[in-house]
Amino acid sequence: MITAEQKPIDEIREMIAPYKRILALGCGSCVAECAAGGEKETAMLASTLRMAAKIDGRDLLIHEKTVDRQCVKDFILPLDDIIDQYDAVLSLGCGAGVQAVAEIFPDVPIMPALNTEFIGETRDQGYWVENCVGCGDCVLYDFGGICPLTRCSKRLLNGPCGGSRDGKCEVDPEVPCAWQLIIERLSKFNALDRLEKIYQPKDWSMKQGLGPRNIIREDQQR
Amino acid sequence: MSQLKKILDKGDLAVTAECGPPKGADPEAIFKKAELLRGKADAINVTDNQTATVRMSSLAACGLLISAGLDPVLQVVVRDRNRIALQSDILGASAMGIRNVLCLSGDHQSFGNQPQTMGVFDLDSIQFIQVVKTMRDEGTIWGGEPLTKSPELFIGAVANPFADPLGFRPVRLAKKIRAGADFIQTQCVYNLDRFEEWMNMARERGLTEQVNILAGVTPLKSSNMAKYMKKRVSGIDIPDELIKRMEETPKNRQRETGINICVETIQRLKEIQGIRGFHIMAIEWEEAVGEIVGRAGLLPRPSFDQD
Repeated sequence: MITAEQKPIDEIREMIAPYKRILALGCGSCVAECAAGGEKETAMLASTLRMAAKIDGRDLLIHEKTVDRQCVKDFILPLDDIIDQYDAVLSLGCGAGVQAVAEIFPDVPIMPALNTEFIGETRDQGYWVENCVGCGDCVLYDFGGICPLTRCSKRLLNGPCGGSRDGKCEVDPEVPCAWQLIIERLSKFNALDRLEKIYQPKDWSMKQGLGPRNIIREDQQR
Repeated sequence: MSQLKKILDKGDLAVTAECGPPKGADPEAIFKKAELLRGKADAINVTDNQTATVRMSSLAACGLLISAGLDPVLQVVVRDRNRIALQSDILGASAMGIRNVLCLSGDHQSFGNQPQTMGVFDLDSIQFIQVVKTMRDEGTIWGGEPLTKSPELFIGAVANPFADPLGFRPVRLAKKIRAGADFIQTQCVYNLDRFEEWMNMARERGLTEQVNILAGVTPLKSSNMAKYMKKRVSGIDIPDELIKRMEETPKNRQRETGINICVETIQRLKEIQGIRGFHIMAIEWEEAVGEIVGRAGLLPRPSFDQD
């Protein structure tokens, strides 16, 4: 999923300052899972902003709404019935959600309430970790299900570097060395011989060769 | 031709030293270090923004060393340059008469004075070695396009016998050799037992026959430096008894003890089969190199005629 965290409240207040009628728009998917932009967080943010406006003696109306998926056109289109009541949208979607709404409602100012962070997993309650860079050419087979492009601080495909110590990364003693993990996994599956191979330079054109990527599948189009 | 290569090809023990470029644009800083190292080492490594701290470029500083009549080793890290810039610098280096290159990953950007920068890491160090070898031996850039002239470079890589997991270290060394490394400079040796264990593993795989291993040494300036390096510098392993020996030396004589330890280390390293020379990294203490190589019985150095 895509993870995100709420921006500092002062930054949000500064962004919305010019507006009087705001739609706080949550998203029920990834950002709800990481407790940043779901229904609950949207209600809490809206109420915080209302209270702050009241203390400042400002006239501010905030309504909340959470759509199931803010990055999917079909879920955004129904907002057409209500969007005219507001002079701005404060999105609690990820970066994709914010831009999808902006694309569909080009005349409404939209502001991001979240900082979008990474593709990751929920490892535990309140603990999310990055484990995919979306490189466009998955290498997880070679490395026993652990991605060195994401989890090695130097993105080494032929690691570990000289900074691996006691299974930890030189960058931060809290960070496990991805290569230590890869070696442990491959050794379990008797596949350590894979590490004798020199992995060739990554084809980054799969990620950024022609600018922003898109996927077009005619079999899925109607 | 590379003086370093000439000496190693002859089968003699080589000596390299290190010259960190200044945090400024003054060429005199390089010339001053060049004079301290002249005649004391066969080739001079120039570090590439070490510890991810902005300094004069390694390529430019190597050019200054050439103008001073020395044989530089251009260090190049993959942290700051993508494959276009790396290959371009390799061509430029050879054109300027630089004949040795050392390919490294580089210290992570978070350690330096630009922690907000984007780390590049388009190639890793092994892939970079392979790219340089392809340019030199196949006369093409990566992807096969021909060069009008191949770079002439003696290719080096680094190895850290003290990093984990130990069992994988020789595998990585073998990959660096297969990728094209002609010589290897190791992380500073203090823990000789561990180093010997690593050398044994390398020898068992036949690696010491395939590459020139130069053992790295760094004289300790003080007990504080020893403790700092052990604790803070990644990949450094200093045994407690050495720290104790430094601590038990009065402050004003610690530099002398640091040099003694360094000379003793070289003497012991000379006994290890497969060591082809020494890389002396006297950090901001180039004055010490002459004494170390002298006392270690490595002087005089063969004369160098630039071609």
